[in-house]
Amino acid sequence: MAESAGHAAVDVASAMVTAPIAPLDAIIVAPTLITLLFGAVLLMARKRPETQAPLGIAGLLLLTAATAGILARVVTGGPLTMTMGSWLPPFGITFAVDVLGASFALVSSVVALVVGVFASRGLRRVESRYGFYPFLLLMMAGVCNAFLTGDIFNLYVWFEVMLIASFGLIVLGNSKEQLDGAVRYAVLNLLAAAFFLTATGYLYGALGTLNMAEIAIKLREGVPGMPVNTITALYILGFGMKAAAFPVAFWLPASYHTPSPSAGAVFAGLLTKVGAYALLRTLIMLMPSEEALYDTFLTAIAIGTMLLGSLGAMGHSDFRRILGYLVISGIGVILAGLAIGTAEGLAGGIFYAFHSMIVMSALYLASGLIGQLGGSQDLRKLGGLYGASPLLAGLTLTLVFSVSALPPFSGFWAKILVTEAAMVDGRWWLAGIVLGTGLLNALASGRAFTQIFWRGGPSGTPDGAEKSVPGEIPGEDRAVLFGSLAALTLMSLVIGLWPSPLMRLAEAGAAGLLDPTLYIRAVFGGAS
Amino acid sequence: MEGPLALLVGCFFASAIYLMLSDSLIRILLGVTILANAVNLLIFTAGRIVKEVPPIIPEDAMVPPIATANPLPQALILTAIVISFSFFAFLLVLVFRTYQGLGTDKTGKMHMAEEPGDPVPPRGY
Repeated sequence: MAESAGHAAVDVASAMVTAPIAPLDAIIVAPTLITLLFGAVLLMARKRPETQAPLGIAGLLLLTAATAGILARVVTGGPLTMTMGSWLPPFGITFAVDVLGASFALVSSVVALVVGVFASRGLRRVESRYGFYPFLLLMMAGVCNAFLTGDIFNLYVWFEVMLIASFGLIVLGNSKEQLDGAVRYAVLNLLAAAFFLTATGYLYGALGTLNMAEIAIKLREGVPGMPVNTITALYILGFGMKAAAFPVAFWLPASYHTPSPSAGAVFAGLLTKVGAYALLRTLIMLMPSEEALYDTFLTAIAIGTMLLGSLGAMGHSDFRRILGYLVISGIGVILAGLAIGTAEGLAGGIFYAFHSMIVMSALYLASGLIGQLGGSQDLRKLGGLYGASPLLAGLTLTLVFSVSALPPFSGFWAKILVTEAAMVDGRWWLAGIVLGTGLLNALASGRAFTQIFWRGGPSGTPDGAEKSVPGEIPGEDRAVLFGSLAALTLMSLVIGLWPSPLMRLAEAGAAGLLDPTLYIRAVFGGAS
Repeated sequence: MEGPLALLVGCFFASAIYLMLSDSLIRILLGVTILANAVNLLIFTAGRIVKEVPPIIPEDAMVPPIATANPLPQALILTAIVISFSFFAFLLVLVFRTYQGLGTDKTGKMHMAEEPGDPVPPRGY
């Protein structure tokens, strides 16, 4: 720009994007628009509870269509990018989406859509009156945009959008248990965000840029005197806390069982996965480290997370808390894929994240129906639900198989990928732990299933006797509640029987992380 | 100027961590607030500090003639302040409601979500 100094007329072309944006490419901001617009409208319509569910579901349908459109566009045409205010990257805030971000966004909006449908009948009246749908839409704004943004400070902002909306969701209902859980959840997640922001501050101080593509270029070229280790450690701490990685995972089982089942389902399915996605993005794409130290460190975290999740699931008697620990165990498998760091390992971790989003949300929805029928979440007080609802038993059994990574369900392929990558990489012990914790998960969830469904009644019921269950699901709600649960269960089965499309997406996502040339070229394409 | 500010950031972090280790919710809350300010100050310091030179480019130039203050960290901090203040407001209400509901502000006595002495799950039918 220096050579043009002296001209009175400012040459806008060298500082701004002047080429018009192709109308189809503008789809990258559609999720932002849809979620914020519907969130605002829902907030205005909160005095009319009958409009909440239809409007919310319509918004989530549009969101799903938009993310599907983005994914289709990214798969055929490579990474998609747009820089706000027409400033040339890296000066404007960039939205950039590759296959990884687009597929995470699609899976999360599908899950949110199904949970939104479930919530139309599954919420208590007070919860829908006090704004379940506005919070859900605003949380989806945070979740989807975190997957779509190409600017690391902007990622922080979307993290906070997601957090504040999830705070609203977790206290809906205002019970003592929820307040207690919400305090733990809120303080520890704020702390995680503060660590993330600290790392971003250091990164900006060292590199002078927040644009992910430019960070990736600069760090690959190497910056002398750059405190890469400090920054990486802070990112691992901040995102690890958000993703519920060992040893900073204890807020999750302390809080995720307190909100309503619908809110719990989106929490378990989506929020921790955003942390896992951010870890993948920063550790693999932005700051690829050759140091063995991180390798060992991440592997230890992954093993600790898997073991904590599986052993915790074995040791609890509250069904929803068991599910919370199973979420953590799944995060461990994703981190194992990240620690292996090869294309296969990453693909396995990403595939497992997709699987975990669908299956964990479904299990939380199932726990809601179990609570409605059995009047409790405590394994000691539940029993005999098979007689009350064979359909629920069948769906839950399918999900139990899937979360234990048994064929032919989605978890099976994800674990095969991670195990194979670990073996190829010479880490047979890591493969052993992945499989061993799978066995523990099967034991924990299988035991929960037999106690909830197969025995005649609660603990103390004599063998062979049948007790009637205390609750019931009203006939007019059945179609919606079971339909949405069945939809997620069916997704897991379909992915298990026909894994190649999703596996190709996971592989393309992993390849894009390891070699971000296309991503970088998409962001800076206009500049060169 | 960076040296003293870096020390100050360190003091902020230390007092924030000290306060957050307390079991009283109000102290934890104050700790979270100080931590947010520590991070803001850190970004401000990391953005290079230049005294009394506004980032204004003269009319006949394309780049500023001398080193000026970097406006971007200040924009970042402004965003972070808005976010952390709104979170503080939310947390304050949450903590007050928790105090009203549970009758205590000591985290060690809050056992509604996780009951102490939870017995092991049933082993058989």
